[in-house]
Amino acid sequence: MSINEIQDSIIEDFSMYEDWADKYEFIIELGKELPAMNELYKIEENLIKGCQSRVWLHAHEEEGVLKFQADSDAIITKGIIGLLIKVFSGHTAQEIANTDIYFLKEIGLQEHLSPTRANGLVSMVKQIKNYAIAFNLKS
Amino acid sequence: MGAITTGLNVQAIREDFPILKTLVHNKPLVYFDNAASTQKPKIVLDTEYHYYSSQYANIHRGVHYLSQIGTELYEKTRHIVKDFIGANSEREIIFTKGTTNSINLLAYSWSSAFLKPGDEILITGMEHHSNIVPWQLACQRHGATLKVVPLQEDGSINIDEVKNMISEKTRLFSFTYVSNALGTINPVKEMTAIAHQAGAHVLIDAAQAIQHIAINVQELNCDFLAFSGHKIYGPTGTGILYGKEALLDAMPPFEGGGDMIKDVKFEQTSFNELPFKFEAGTPNIAGTIALGTAIEYVEKIGLDNIFAYEEELLKYGTEQLQQINGLTIYGNSIHKSSVLSFLLDGAHPYDVGVILDHLGIAIRTGHHCTQPIMDYFCIPGTCRASIAFYNTKEEIDLLVTGIQRASKMLL
Repeated sequence: MSINEIQDSIIEDFSMYEDWADKYEFIIELGKELPAMNELYKIEENLIKGCQSRVWLHAHEEEGVLKFQADSDAIITKGIIGLLIKVFSGHTAQEIANTDIYFLKEIGLQEHLSPTRANGLVSMVKQIKNYAIAFNLKS
Repeated sequence: MGAITTGLNVQAIREDFPILKTLVHNKPLVYFDNAASTQKPKIVLDTEYHYYSSQYANIHRGVHYLSQIGTELYEKTRHIVKDFIGANSEREIIFTKGTTNSINLLAYSWSSAFLKPGDEILITGMEHHSNIVPWQLACQRHGATLKVVPLQEDGSINIDEVKNMISEKTRLFSFTYVSNALGTINPVKEMTAIAHQAGAHVLIDAAQAIQHIAINVQELNCDFLAFSGHKIYGPTGTGILYGKEALLDAMPPFEGGGDMIKDVKFEQTSFNELPFKFEAGTPNIAGTIALGTAIEYVEKIGLDNIFAYEEELLKYGTEQLQQINGLTIYGNSIHKSSVLSFLLDGAHPYDVGVILDHLGIAIRTGHHCTQPIMDYFCIPGTCRASIAFYNTKEEIDLLVTGIQRASKMLL
């Protein structure tokens, strides 16, 4: 699936949740289910310091696509990280660099991608794009 | 649930604050972020509106009607503040942009006059970053050393430790009256006396005290005191630096510009008298005038009444929060004011804050600009509910229900 197809399927998944609490319970569940990040990658240079929650992001290239691992100490942030990884991981650097993120707005979670939230997610998305641009230049 | 026994008519007070009728995420706002900033009574908003709509002009030295009216109103606030904190004269009341600005003014001007290489400045382990960083910078500039009275487990400091750490090298003891992150009320009068015995000057950061506790600077005998307008129901961008006249006189100006001069020649400039020496440029005129209104409003209700009511709310809130499974309160000093800092076992404060927000409850999460306190307790931050006199027991009950809901969702 392309990045946009994945975004659309997430929007569809979320369309069944009318109540904010159901939506957040789902996000929290995603956070709990996100595979633990390899401790080797949970290092200072992979740390994106938000004001409140900390986010770690590691990227590597595998058979022509970029793979991401990430973690956070806050579970809601971690749940949204799970969604971002689902969207971005396993795609070519070119597709990642050229695709805009719109699903968070559509599912009513755009506020978590606001710079004023200081949860590290804005920087994480920026960092994912930067990796993609860097890999693009390399190849 | 017991009724509040103190004499405040809180329902009437709530009517004075238009924002308290706001809906947040379609739920009635429960505002517990008062330590960050307080809401404004309508009378303060009206003062600003009225000034801009029918009295506005730049102040000081204008011969025309509006300029004179504005100057009178502006200087009236200085008089109100002088009486409010019991200063000797208006010359001791400097208008600033807020507590941070007041402390930075001192860190520059006081340090230029009084701080020498080898000297020491003493602070405590519970200071806000704005009472740490300006002194670090001043110490770097003047070759002085910053020393810190350590925090104790209950969020207080040990007064014997203060006596141990003060020496003949100490030039200034700068400390907060009330901790913004823990709520601890410091024994400021005793701390001031100890510092004076050693020959040090004293700055009290009253940012978290001025809205809760009646203050008289002459009774405390502090040399300097700083607070912000926006934390005492006034506008942002207003603040006060109180200083004893002799000390302010001995200090060089902070910022140069209009209003702070007597005579300007290219060769040399002489400076205006106090307090104008420290007030360069066009100030926040409307905000300062409205700050006067805010202080009058608080005085009308009475700080003793406010303190008694808030103390009762804090006691009730502490009892209720303590009953929540897995909740730890940070800051358990016997002397506390208006702050409930807590963590839920296994839940990040950010997550708790997000869920409470969706329930219409505004609290603050994070390190509250006091990273050294968080490091002391080895925690990333806390959830902080902070009380004002417009809060109610019913709102505390909503907070408790909200925390229980967050706990259920997150854990």
